[in-house]
Amino acid sequence: MTSTLNSPTRRRKKFTPRQRAALSRGVQYGILLVVAVIIALTADWQRISSNLFNVEVALRMLPQLPSAALNTIIYTLFAFALGLALGIILALMRLSSVALYRWIATLWIEFFRGIPALLVVFTVGFAVPIAFGVRIDSITAKAAIALGIVSSAYIAETIRAGIQAVPAGQIEAARSLGMSPTRTMLTVTLPQAFRIVLPPMTNELILLTKDTSLVYLLGLSASAYDLTKVGRDALNSGTGGLTGLFVVGAAYLCITIPLGFLARWLERRTGGGSR
Amino acid sequence: MNAVISMTNLRKSYGDLEVLSGIDLTVSPGEVVCLIGPSGSGKSTLLRCVNQLEQATSGTVTVLGQTIASDDHEPDIDIDDVRARVGMVFQQFNLFSHMTVLENCTIAQRKVLGRSKPDAERIAQENLERVGLGDRGDANPRQLSGGQQQRVAIARALSMDPQLMLFDEPTSALDPELVGDVLSVMRELAEQGMTMLVVTHEMAFARDVADRVLFMDGGVIVEEGPASQVISNPQEERTRQFLQRVLDPTHTPVAGKEHKDS
Ligand SMILES: Nc1ncnc2c1ncn2[C@@H]1O[C@H](COP(=O)(O)OP(=O)(O)OP(=O)(O)O)[C@@H](O)[C@H]1O
Ligand SMILES: [Mg+2]
Repeated sequence: MTSTLNSPTRRRKKFTPRQRAALSRGVQYGILLVVAVIIALTADWQRISSNLFNVEVALRMLPQLPSAALNTIIYTLFAFALGLALGIILALMRLSSVALYRWIATLWIEFFRGIPALLVVFTVGFAVPIAFGVRIDSITAKAAIALGIVSSAYIAETIRAGIQAVPAGQIEAARSLGMSPTRTMLTVTLPQAFRIVLPPMTNELILLTKDTSLVYLLGLSASAYDLTKVGRDALNSGTGGLTGLFVVGAAYLCITIPLGFLARWLERRTGGGSR
Repeated sequence: MNAVISMTNLRKSYGDLEVLSGIDLTVSPGEVVCLIGPSGSGKSTLLRCVNQLEQATSGTVTVLGQTIASDDHEPDIDIDDVRARVGMVFQQFNLFSHMTVLENCTIAQRKVLGRSKPDAERIAQENLERVGLGDRGDANPRQLSGGQQQRVAIARALSMDPQLMLFDEPTSALDPELVGDVLSVMRELAEQGMTMLVVTHEMAFARDVADRVLFMDGGVIVEEGPASQVISNPQEERTRQFLQRVLDPTHTPVAGKEHKDS
């Protein structure tokens, strides 16, 4: 309707849309530049280089990083494997027709989602051995059990949502071909649910990677050091200030960022969900 | 001659809403029965009661000699066994989106019928060729057009060697130029003697292929008989109005608006 375009009540614009977009971009870059300049001028570069990023201390840490990173990855993978297995079982329990199963699963999920992971690590490391007289020697096993239990609560909810997001028509098609409910769950529902939950599942994995920093609570021998433990030791060594933390922080990013890329690649390859 | 489907006084309610209000229906072997009727009349529900995707509220349903719903006693039957012998084709195709076309056609053969992989693949391939898609076995469902997907869905059902095929508006989700491919596959199937119960709005198909046409409205079968009668010479006023709306939509009086000719 051309009449509205020419209507006198319409506020006159000083710029064309393209000019406005350019202006908006210019302002945003300007803000960024001002912030950067303020930081550069107010920061004490001398103190930063000795206390926050001390190259000498960083280099001294370097040889310890590969095995520490490997340990971090191992703790993560074992915990994730357990968390995934428990998570699937809990998700199926949540959707079970047996009310008791639903209650147990809900209780488990609410409990372990609600308490700090630190408490669980302590409990598995010290309280359980005392209470039940079982001794778990392997740090990996202890870490996997504690963190696996914690992540199972989150993973269960993610998988449950994924299962419920599978289109009803897929399940009806499977049932109409004579597949039993269990068969349908295994061949149709779960495989499709996993596609749907791939992105949130990557988040779980990344969160878990960072949660492995709690294993120092279990008391580690040098060969079992994870990244955070290496960072803490560097922190306590007297020189370099906070350098240790920044170095392991970078090491964590080297693990978690590729995970994000991997997830995006998998998502693209599987076509992202069911449709 | 045993009926393939026999229903007596089938009723189905969702809460207070009665969707099927006493359906009596018998389908004999080799018969092609088309179900027509306005939206919400209960056609899909009736079809889904045949393989128990919906559970009848009351009444008796016997399919392929198995009583799957009955008033006297709760039948304790293996519904999966009945479903394995009844093929179903949906409006939205419902191909398994995480499997290739060939896997779609083999998975139930292997997991339900226990056929070996080579056997299942051979049978799947035969049926894909039967629907004109013998070369698309490796494709992903979402790479296919709607018409192709629906033909794969038919091949998937046929791969189970069903004794009865149910179709729920198989062409309603298709672009007009793709409808023909699916209908001609269905016509061939009918000519080969398959027993079929088809919900459709394709009157030409019903007229040419169906042995019997049922017109449903408000949860009951209003009129039934040979296609020549129900479609070309309907006896009931409701059937006539419905057919006019379907066959000549541009000259249909708008509901609720006063019209002169009645
Ligand atoms: N799961 C359900 N819960 C409640 N009501 C339902 C359910 N499924 C169907 N209905 C209702 O039952 C009635 C009949 O539905 P049905 O799908 O059988 O109609 P239809 O004849 O197949 O219509 P259409 O041509 O639109 O597919 C409709 O009023 C519908 O809203
Ligand atoms: Mg319908």
